[in-house]
Amino acid sequence: MKQFTYERAASPAEAASKAANNQNAKFIAGGTNLLDLMKLEIESPTHLIDVNGLDLDKIEQSENGGVRIGALVRNTDLASDERIRRDYGVLSRALLAGASGQLRNKATTAGNLLQRTRCPYFYDTAQPCNKRKPGSGCSAIGGVTRQLGVIGVSDACIATHPGDMAIAMRALDATVETVKPDGATRAIPIADFHKLPGDTPEIETTLERGEVITAVTLPAPVGGKHVYRKVRDRASYAFALVSVAAIIQPDGTGRVAVGGVAPKPWRVEEAEADLPQGSKAVMAKVFAGAKPTEENSFKVTLAERTLAGILEETKG
Amino acid sequence: MLFDRPATTNPIDQMKVVGQHITRIDGPKKVTGTATYAYEWNHANLNVAYGYPVGAGIAKGRISSMDIQAARNAPGVLAVVTAETAGKLSKGKMNAAKLLGGPEISHYHQAIAVVVAETFEQARAAASLIKVDYVRAPGSYDLEAAKDTAKKPEGSEGEDADTSAGNFDKAFAEAAVKFDQTYTTPDQSHAMMEPHSSLAMWDGDEVTVWTSNQMIAWNKSEMAITLGIDPEKVHIMSPFVGGGFGSKLFLRSDAVLAALGAKAAGRPVKLALPRPFVMNNTTHRPATIQRIRIGTTQEGKITAIAHESWNGNLPGGSLETAVAQTRLLYAGENRMTSMRLAALDLPEGNAMRAPGEAPGLMALEIAMDELAEQLNLDPVELRIINDTQVDPEKPERKFSHRQLVECLRRGAETFGWDKRNAETGRVKDGRWMVGMGVAAAFRNNMNMKSGARVRLDSEGVVTVETDMTDIGTGSYTIIAQTAAEMMGVTIDKVAVELGDSRFPASSGSGGQWGGNSSTAGVYAACVALRDAISQKVGFNSADVTFADGQIRSGNRSIALAEAAGKDGVVAEDTIEYGDLAEEMQQSTFGAHFVEVGVDMYTAEIRVRRMLSVCAAGRILNPITARSQVIGAMTMGVGGAFMEELAVDKRRGFFVNHDLAGYEVPVHADIPHQDVIFLDETDPTTSPMKAKGVGELGLCGVAAALSNAVHNATGVRIRDYPVTLDKLLRDMPQVG
Ligand SMILES: Cc1cc2nc3c(=O)[nH]c(=O)nc-3n(C[C@H](O)[C@H](O)[C@H](O)COP(=O)(O)OP(=O)(O)OC[C@H]3O[C@@H](n4cnc5c(N)ncnc54)[C@H](O)[C@@H]3O)c2cc1C
Ligand code: SF4
Repeated sequence: MKQFTYERAASPAEAASKAANNQNAKFIAGGTNLLDLMKLEIESPTHLIDVNGLDLDKIEQSENGGVRIGALVRNTDLASDERIRRDYGVLSRALLAGASGQLRNKATTAGNLLQRTRCPYFYDTAQPCNKRKPGSGCSAIGGVTRQLGVIGVSDACIATHPGDMAIAMRALDATVETVKPDGATRAIPIADFHKLPGDTPEIETTLERGEVITAVTLPAPVGGKHVYRKVRDRASYAFALVSVAAIIQPDGTGRVAVGGVAPKPWRVEEAEADLPQGSKAVMAKVFAGAKPTEENSFKVTLAERTLAGILEETKG
Repeated sequence: MLFDRPATTNPIDQMKVVGQHITRIDGPKKVTGTATYAYEWNHANLNVAYGYPVGAGIAKGRISSMDIQAARNAPGVLAVVTAETAGKLSKGKMNAAKLLGGPEISHYHQAIAVVVAETFEQARAAASLIKVDYVRAPGSYDLEAAKDTAKKPEGSEGEDADTSAGNFDKAFAEAAVKFDQTYTTPDQSHAMMEPHSSLAMWDGDEVTVWTSNQMIAWNKSEMAITLGIDPEKVHIMSPFVGGGFGSKLFLRSDAVLAALGAKAAGRPVKLALPRPFVMNNTTHRPATIQRIRIGTTQEGKITAIAHESWNGNLPGGSLETAVAQTRLLYAGENRMTSMRLAALDLPEGNAMRAPGEAPGLMALEIAMDELAEQLNLDPVELRIINDTQVDPEKPERKFSHRQLVECLRRGAETFGWDKRNAETGRVKDGRWMVGMGVAAAFRNNMNMKSGARVRLDSEGVVTVETDMTDIGTGSYTIIAQTAAEMMGVTIDKVAVELGDSRFPASSGSGGQWGGNSSTAGVYAACVALRDAISQKVGFNSADVTFADGQIRSGNRSIALAEAAGKDGVVAEDTIEYGDLAEEMQQSTFGAHFVEVGVDMYTAEIRVRRMLSVCAAGRILNPITARSQVIGAMTMGVGGAFMEELAVDKRRGFFVNHDLAGYEVPVHADIPHQDVIFLDETDPTTSPMKAKGVGELGLCGVAAALSNAVHNATGVRIRDYPVTLDKLLRDMPQVG
């Protein structure tokens, strides 16, 4: 870990402008991802701006009948919120499927959205990695890839977004609210928030330098049965091999987002029309153009079977 | 004390303290954080500095240049030591590769430098400033590709690589039923909780190392060899060990780097290996490829059995003795076993809990399940039909005590094995496909010379000193029980001091020899102490008894505290073994019964129930023994379903080198576990009449689990770990 300086920000706009003025600054929220990365010198900010004091830790009703989740709401608090459990069960379940109780107590909504990949080569600074060191090459391609992405990947990077929360948010059509260094705010649909790697896998989101996440909003509840199914090799405390966030309506229509397979929460809206035809039809469209490796091609089959199980469970 | 005849009645047989359910005497220290582990030694006046290692970033080749200047100049840095500046170092007899490498690199993360600084953070930051350029050399990292180049090792290891009896080829060719399959087991990491850690402190030319090590005497002599100093100048302290599983049998880089760093900095230095180093810098259980052929009669009697195994290792590394159990487990007149070693440039493969037995039984006990299916026999019955009470390669050698059949029958009855549906894929519970599996557990008992010193003081307290270690197994407690039984005192009147090289050399902890051997050493020392006390008080030692804190002879008795007098009485002895273990085969047996569920959609596997029935000599303490077995069963779940060091076959290293990537079972993976110990005393093993139990529990578990998955789904996986991606290829259709 490199030496760094530290300060607390008083408002989101102040945090943003401070960060914009220092190229090597980073925000710190729960620190559960950033500090690990700093210890391993995968990230080496020289200045930390602590956003924990900002007044962004509430879950409120929004004008349009939805909810507004402050960027600093802890994963535990979000998962156990009564409204979230009642109206957005898929989100509560996704959160509880992630990490451990201790981590969820610390982890924040914004930090969770921005958690970085778990590609093992990304974590070994002796190995080339385009995401960690742009232009150095990708050592995962041709190597150990069982956990890595099958769709949305590029020749420069095949890493996944490893999280759970964002997958549910994608199914819920969430929006990410931010403040920029000049004080301007914007609302980014979650579908556009994470970027595909292309030639620049080091750029993972549409956030600009210094831009602070202030909240995530969810539209009014859509009803239906909410399922989050996370598939992994052990029963707890592991990242998803594949996860499926699904909202299934009584008439068999619904929404499906897939995790563990792509650099971002993966959802293909057109595929959802085929839900009444069953999981095979849906997943054929969801994974159209997939480029799995020999080691991870099982993810396509697994996603299809996982959805089949969900459809069976939510029938009638 | 020479143990060369079966034990007769002795004070241990009273079982007033030995064999009782006594909780760990070191438990309160552990739960209050006052059991000091190697990295935690810290006194204000020690003035400790911190070391951080640098590991090679390539698997094979040479360092062409190393720039340490920036690290040296970094804040707080006291010293940087490399092979170039360390002075002459030798390689320990038990290490395949140098513990401080360079310029030649023999494996990934081989240590090439240590940085010492005032704080841990400074040392770590400075370590990352060391710039190294390498010239890579091509290496061999793929066992399967290297298999055909594998050879019989040289020396005594090679002599033991092949065995045979009768004529396997002919009998197999003529067998009514033939079975022939190949299995693979992956590289595995010990992944113990406490990484290798040491604190080294020099006083003139003497070095004291607080470390985390299973074998104090080995560690002492290996450290002396490595540093080129007199063993008498090396003191090793390892009173508490946070798990070892074999990875701490040997001197490793943490201790050497701490000693070199301390010398260079002129300060005590502590150093813990970062977690990735546990995988790539230390040892691991090497992967195997195993071929098993069995020929039987129509009724399932084995007439021919062959087991061949291949593993890879660094030059100087050893075989993984995966065929050893097949030499003894089942009957059959015609047999052959064979092991071959390929040269690989991965980190050193070496002993991990039940070395040889664990991977060997992972294969053999699936083979028995497959064979039973082929014969249309119950797998429990197939094992019973083929039981043997003699060493099948040398039928004149009997087993000293073999209760495999009893373990199987008792387990089957307790577990409800009769409810198993032999037809696969038939039992459902909601979305779960449910199956049961069985496997035999089998591991030999080993005895090791072991010494202890026992002291009786004027308070009537008995203090035991031995360099034995407690790696979480319960050594403190069973040693205290032994001394209490022998001296006729309650356990609170016994103090146990372990893990100090100034104490008499013990068996150490490994190969499940520690429990029986170290307590036998304490037994021997207590016999000597009883004699010394008798003599001191003028009693005839032939007819004294020690009970209730007193020594008695006829109607005379004296309290031990009084007998000790103000100077106390001290005695020391070592148990040594004659030829009993050659004359008779001493082994431990068990049977594992497990039930698993496999999600019919996702093929996720979850364990539902586990039972292990063990016959392993006298159980010295049912609580600590049970902990050993359930811990081993848990490790078996890891081995069956998740543990695999993933090899990058181009770059030559284990990629998943942390506990996020190398998964071991968590609480949620472990359901109800039961352990039953059959009554057994084996007078041929030691005066304790006990055997090892620490590794038995791991032997066969993974195969039982794998067999249960097959019973649940009908899918047979022969390449461990059994994971959902492998199952999915053949799972029944859904949706
Ligand atoms: C052992 C372990 C297991 C885990 N398992 C799972 C799992 O199963 N599923 C899962 O989904 N996750 C898992 N995680 C990841 C965990 O969810 C994230 O670490 C956590 O959500 C990050 O939140 P944080 O508040 O701690 O973020 P931090 O570490 O503080 O920050 C993360 C990033 O977000 C940035 N940031 C933080 N707040 C803001 C803001 N308001 N505006 C702009 N940028 C900001 C930081 O600069 C940093 O780059 C695991 C983590 C660990 C350590
Ligand atoms: S897949 Fe991406 S994160 Fe992994 S090594 Fe390649 S570039 Fe780096």
